[in-house]
Amino acid sequence: MNGPFAFTLALGDDALIAAQRLAEWTTRAPEMEEDIALANIALDQLGAARLLLSYAGELEGAGRDEDALAYLREDREFRNCLLVELPNGDFAVTMAKLLVLSAYQLPLYTALAGCPDERLAAIGAKARKESAYHLDHATLWVKRLGDGTEESHRRMQSGIDQVWPYAHELFAARPDTPVDPATLRAEFDAAVGAVLAEATIAVPDSGWAPAGGRDGVHTEHLSYLLAEMQVLHRAHPGAHW
Amino acid sequence: MSERGERTDRLGAEGPAPLWEVFVRARRGLAHTHVGSLHAPDAELALHNARDLYTRRQEGVSIWVVPASAITASSPDEKDAFFDPAADKVYRHPTFYEVPEGAAHL
Amino acid sequence: MYGNDFPGEDPPGGLLGEVEAAEAALRAAAQQDRDAAGPGTDLAAYFAQVVDADQKIEPRDWMPEAYRRTLIRQIAQHAHSEIIGMQPEGNWISRAPSLKRKAILLAKVQDEAGHGLYLYAAAETLGISRDELVDLLLDGRQKYSSIFNYPTLSWADVGAIGWLVDGAAIVNQVPLCRCSYGPYARAMIRVCKEESFHQRQGYEILHVLAHGTPAQRAMAQDAVDRWWYPSLAMFGPPDGDSTHSAQSMAWKIKRFSNDELRQRFVDMCVGQAEVLGLAIPDPGLRWNDERQAYDFTQPDYAELMRVISGDGPCNRERIAHRRRAHAEGAWVREAAAAYAAKQRNKKKEMVAA
Repeated sequence: MNGPFAFTLALGDDALIAAQRLAEWTTRAPEMEEDIALANIALDQLGAARLLLSYAGELEGAGRDEDALAYLREDREFRNCLLVELPNGDFAVTMAKLLVLSAYQLPLYTALAGCPDERLAAIGAKARKESAYHLDHATLWVKRLGDGTEESHRRMQSGIDQVWPYAHELFAARPDTPVDPATLRAEFDAAVGAVLAEATIAVPDSGWAPAGGRDGVHTEHLSYLLAEMQVLHRAHPGAHW
Repeated sequence: MSERGERTDRLGAEGPAPLWEVFVRARRGLAHTHVGSLHAPDAELALHNARDLYTRRQEGVSIWVVPASAITASSPDEKDAFFDPAADKVYRHPTFYEVPEGAAHL
Repeated sequence: MYGNDFPGEDPPGGLLGEVEAAEAALRAAAQQDRDAAGPGTDLAAYFAQVVDADQKIEPRDWMPEAYRRTLIRQIAQHAHSEIIGMQPEGNWISRAPSLKRKAILLAKVQDEAGHGLYLYAAAETLGISRDELVDLLLDGRQKYSSIFNYPTLSWADVGAIGWLVDGAAIVNQVPLCRCSYGPYARAMIRVCKEESFHQRQGYEILHVLAHGTPAQRAMAQDAVDRWWYPSLAMFGPPDGDSTHSAQSMAWKIKRFSNDELRQRFVDMCVGQAEVLGLAIPDPGLRWNDERQAYDFTQPDYAELMRVISGDGPCNRERIAHRRRAHAEGAWVREAAAAYAAKQRNKKKEMVAA
């Protein structure tokens, strides 16, 4: 796998799997307005995924388009971080996931917008505005749940506790890529730290740092997610839709 | 504070989320236009919900949200006696105005 | 998306008596002086004048109690239909066969949530809260369109819903844009505009399938076979059996009869089916030169009544799903309300200090 291809594929897979999970909320959100908001965020992620996977396919040069990459790879070939494939859990877990993901994607896409690769720069410039909104939305809810009722505080703390260990994988050093994620960690810590403090949520103190997504070694959840996502496409090889 | 204001103010601890009226500037040079209403517990959420609900098809807009309880209506023809007791919700006016030309999908 | 197939009355109580009383009142009012420029003292006459002149009734205007209640019932059922209607199509978002189709379907289902919210807001101008309306839905005291009690068994069903169900809804909804009640008419204008893409995407899905592999073609035909008659039933019982129609037409809440709209829909679909290369599953379908319209087989209205009364394939699942989402979201709504209250108190303390 060449460097630019692997890098672009990983970002595309992050966005695709995040979209798939967020879309699961459709018809299930805590309030009808939130159903619409979560669908918007899922649509943003899906849009970014399509741009990134299409470009990844071009970089690879093997004739694979966005659908070939999305529907015809096995779970061991996916390069997304573990965070996005984790089940949605309750609304607090979903917001914890969105907070961590968007606080990572925002500085990443922002840096990407200034990178020499024009295609990636254009995708970064578009996606960073969306990430800013996602971060805003996650922040808004983490504050409300953290500083809402006793029950919501307990659930929000538990959500952050569950999700936090998976943040470390996002910032593993990749010095040979257009944007080295390790350089984004300080900004992430500052942004998320401020939100959690305002939400009266404690930053978990755990040394556990599960990883492997970037190498195709996933949690047990991904294979089920893909089975559902890919079932129809794979049942009709070569068909157009 | 008016009766309606108090009623809205009391909300939050329990009961339905207050009603907000939404105004959108479709593009530069146009005034903010009333596009509808929505429910949200506070202004920040109301603004987020308004963006998602009323500008799903367009970027680059400016949105105002105003508590419906803060609106005083002039209605000289109004005959209050003819409203039933639930008529204190009469400020709930979502008027889905036609958006000016060029903003067809707003 | 919305049909016209609701039962004549809400299960408890029933509005029929009130409708008749209001009809009598309206007739009496219309006999009186209609020259007044403003509402004057005879509000019922003024209301009738406004309606007759094709002007809009607005929330603060006087209106007959039965008009108000008929509108609340109709708009609420329409809103419920949008919200419940998200489920059958939402069922395929996770399995959409291409990323493009996934994005379109997600956006479409999201639009339906938006339409539900516009409509709840329109109903609220009539003096009922959204929370009350949601309770009426969850308790089964208000209905939604029976079409959503049928299952989506294949991807082609997403296409058939777009083509036939949205198509029927549009035929039904377009006249509602001229409804005498201003907020409903305006909501419908917005909904119809946004829905224009819904029918087209469904038609496109079917067109691609019908011109695809044999298996895809069979999938498309099967979907049309299953959705055709339920779509015809969306226009409601035949005119002779439709309890509310006459009064709603007089009030200009409703503009055309169920049978007129059904005929319009059939006439529209025949040519579209030919372009698709799919068969409409009706051996009795043929052009009638005398009527300048297609003769067709009526849907099974006994089945429609069974589905409306709760015995369709998915009634229980649809309501259980909605109840579950509502119940599971309660702690989130409470948290948001509690947070808002805390912030308000903080502000007050700052002002006091």
